[in-house]
Amino acid sequence: MESTQSVRPRSRGRWLILLGLLLSALTLSGIAASPAMADEGGTDGQAEEFEYFFSGNVKYNDEPLEGVSISVSGRGFEAETETDENGQWTLGVPEKEAYEVTLDEDTLPEGVVVEDGQSTVEAEFGLTSRKAVNFFLGEGQRVTTDYGAQVLIRVVNGLNFGLLLALAAIGLSLIFGTTGLSNFAHAEMITFGALMMLTFSTTLALPVWLAILIAVALAAGLGWTLDAGLWKPLRKRGVGLIPLMIVSIGLSLALRYTYQFFYGGSTRQLPGATLPREIRLGPILLSWIDVVSMATSVIVLLAVAYFLLRTRIGKATRAVSDNAPLAAASGIDVDRVIRIVWVLGGGLAGLSGILWAYFRPGVSWDMGFQILLLVFAAVTLGGLGTAFGALVGSLIVGLFIEVSTLWLPSDMKYVGALLVLILVLLFRPQGILGRRERIG
Amino acid sequence: MIDWIQIFSNAAQELISPTTAAYALAALGLAIHFGYTGLLNFGQAGFMALGAYGFAISTLTFGFPVWASVLVGIGASVVFALILGIPTLRLRADYLAIVTIAAAEILRLIFTTNTFDDVTGSASGLQGYKGGIAALNPIPPGTYGFGPFTYNAYDWWIRILGWTVVILAALFTWSIMRSPWGRVIKGIREDEDAVRALGKNVYSYKMQSLILGGVFGTLAGMIFILPRAVVPANYQTSLTFFIYAILLLGGAATILGPIVGSMIFWVLLSFFSGFMARAVEAGWFPFMTQVQAGQLRFILVGIAIMLLVVFRPQGIFGNKKELSFVR
Repeated sequence: MESTQSVRPRSRGRWLILLGLLLSALTLSGIAASPAMADEGGTDGQAEEFEYFFSGNVKYNDEPLEGVSISVSGRGFEAETETDENGQWTLGVPEKEAYEVTLDEDTLPEGVVVEDGQSTVEAEFGLTSRKAVNFFLGEGQRVTTDYGAQVLIRVVNGLNFGLLLALAAIGLSLIFGTTGLSNFAHAEMITFGALMMLTFSTTLALPVWLAILIAVALAAGLGWTLDAGLWKPLRKRGVGLIPLMIVSIGLSLALRYTYQFFYGGSTRQLPGATLPREIRLGPILLSWIDVVSMATSVIVLLAVAYFLLRTRIGKATRAVSDNAPLAAASGIDVDRVIRIVWVLGGGLAGLSGILWAYFRPGVSWDMGFQILLLVFAAVTLGGLGTAFGALVGSLIVGLFIEVSTLWLPSDMKYVGALLVLILVLLFRPQGILGRRERIG
Repeated sequence: MIDWIQIFSNAAQELISPTTAAYALAALGLAIHFGYTGLLNFGQAGFMALGAYGFAISTLTFGFPVWASVLVGIGASVVFALILGIPTLRLRADYLAIVTIAAAEILRLIFTTNTFDDVTGSASGLQGYKGGIAALNPIPPGTYGFGPFTYNAYDWWIRILGWTVVILAALFTWSIMRSPWGRVIKGIREDEDAVRALGKNVYSYKMQSLILGGVFGTLAGMIFILPRAVVPANYQTSLTFFIYAILLLGGAATILGPIVGSMIFWVLLSFFSGFMARAVEAGWFPFMTQVQAGQLRFILVGIAIMLLVVFRPQGIFGNKKELSFVR
């Protein structure tokens, strides 16, 4: 996803740029502030988020360069900063893991590039919680990828992200349509798929395709279990929709920390997650994982569409979604339809979790929760309770998030998507494909 | 061996800690939203963040005195409530839920991003804003108290300050809920259309309720940061869910519920974490690490929320007839 590419510098002037370790007051304050809080404030285990820091010093011909943009990404985390007047920069990261650190060559002065095209480097922490990252600057010309190509690259990324969101969103939307439940625990069904994939592919060393099948089947099983063990009894008790929603929040909290209990707080990679991007389509570089992931999403989404439009049970699902009492009166077994929707929703969420683990990349205990709001945004955008609306909404959210990084700093990209959600509710509350009477 | 005295004394300290006061006040605001008006506000963490950052930024960046900083925080939360309320209060309840949760996340992301590092301190947050509050402290320096409740002058001052605000807010809520305004608000919760048929502007009443509860949340955010620094990671959605747990524990449509709920919640949580940590240390649970023991309490909170909603939806103090969602 680099926006620029370097050609070999023409001059031999090779300037070592280094790096004072800035074990300075700047960060000591941050460290002093957070760990104590983790216990007392008690909202989450993430207060220790920024105990680890990358830092560096950008200089050219011994002149510090101000305003050079540096970004860090990896493990589903992104952050961006600029160098100060001394050419120094510091970025905090949540985990002591390997990250990609990128220097944005567009922000360097004219005629200066990073040597050997190394504007993105893989950086890993040693024994300390700080790591110096250096870029070697030299004289040279940049071949900038033109604006259109950049847009194209992000559109493809956005489609990939949107498709995996759609898998989760359709399940959420169908569950909402048939039962009226806004299921906040859907995030944990997404995480569950990825965790099972991790267990079977890495820990038990099964072949990837088999592990995916088992993980999706188990996620579908989780959907069945939740419905049979929790939601159906609650429906029979006549618990209202808002209490149900709060129950799903409690369930989400309990499940999420149960995952952390068993799998720990770190991020781990699925097999093949680090394949190089070697497929070139015009300006776009993709890895096999990206291609397979998008193909899988498209095929599964087509299958779901076929199921909903052509099969008896699918039609029954849409009927229940439309008007449950009427469907029951016409002889449809509503409980059976809801059971099937939960199984389908669980399986789709599990698959989406596996793809999300490859997209981020990495598996962690709260990965589903990170995209829960985006899934909700997609469903609301498309129209609550409509399966195809969820698909359209997801693609829009995915595209919007990726394309907006052209203008927004990357750690703000979700802000745009959530703002769009609020704006849509302002002007078209029923969503894009929703119907007016649903908004109540 | 396990140091029971230490565990009990830590737990007892939570009874009057400023954190407990902050959660009680935030839960009281939520009681106005959810318990009395029936509004599903899932963005209370956002209101608290506005209080914390509104106060800290006004003090640090603009050098405002304490009263002006408090007003800035309140003003910010009124604007926030208007932005949230205008598009959603006419829609069904779950739209407000989704919009508030999204808006609170937007705020947290804006406070976390490196783009505004100069003002917000990004992920490291802010500190050094306590001078004004400390200067108002009438208690002479020294250490006061007995047993577990022994604190220095500043710690006593923020406890007194925090709980005074909580008590004033509770008295205020109690009196307005007995007023005609309160009866309309409860009417909206029970049957919106009936209230509309009586000629009341439901939309405007809901907006007033959203603003009032939000301001309570904002004040809670200010109390919350007195014993600690402002760190954006504290304002995640789970903060809102914790406040919901407190509200449901005490009783959603009650005045005392949120306050006593917060005390019970924090005392039990502190006791439980203290006990688990030391039990693991003493080797009672050989299959568990210290870190895992720390996570158990979150699992417990989640399960408690589920059980409360299903088996005792009115909470400890609530009256089953009071709450429409119980039906």
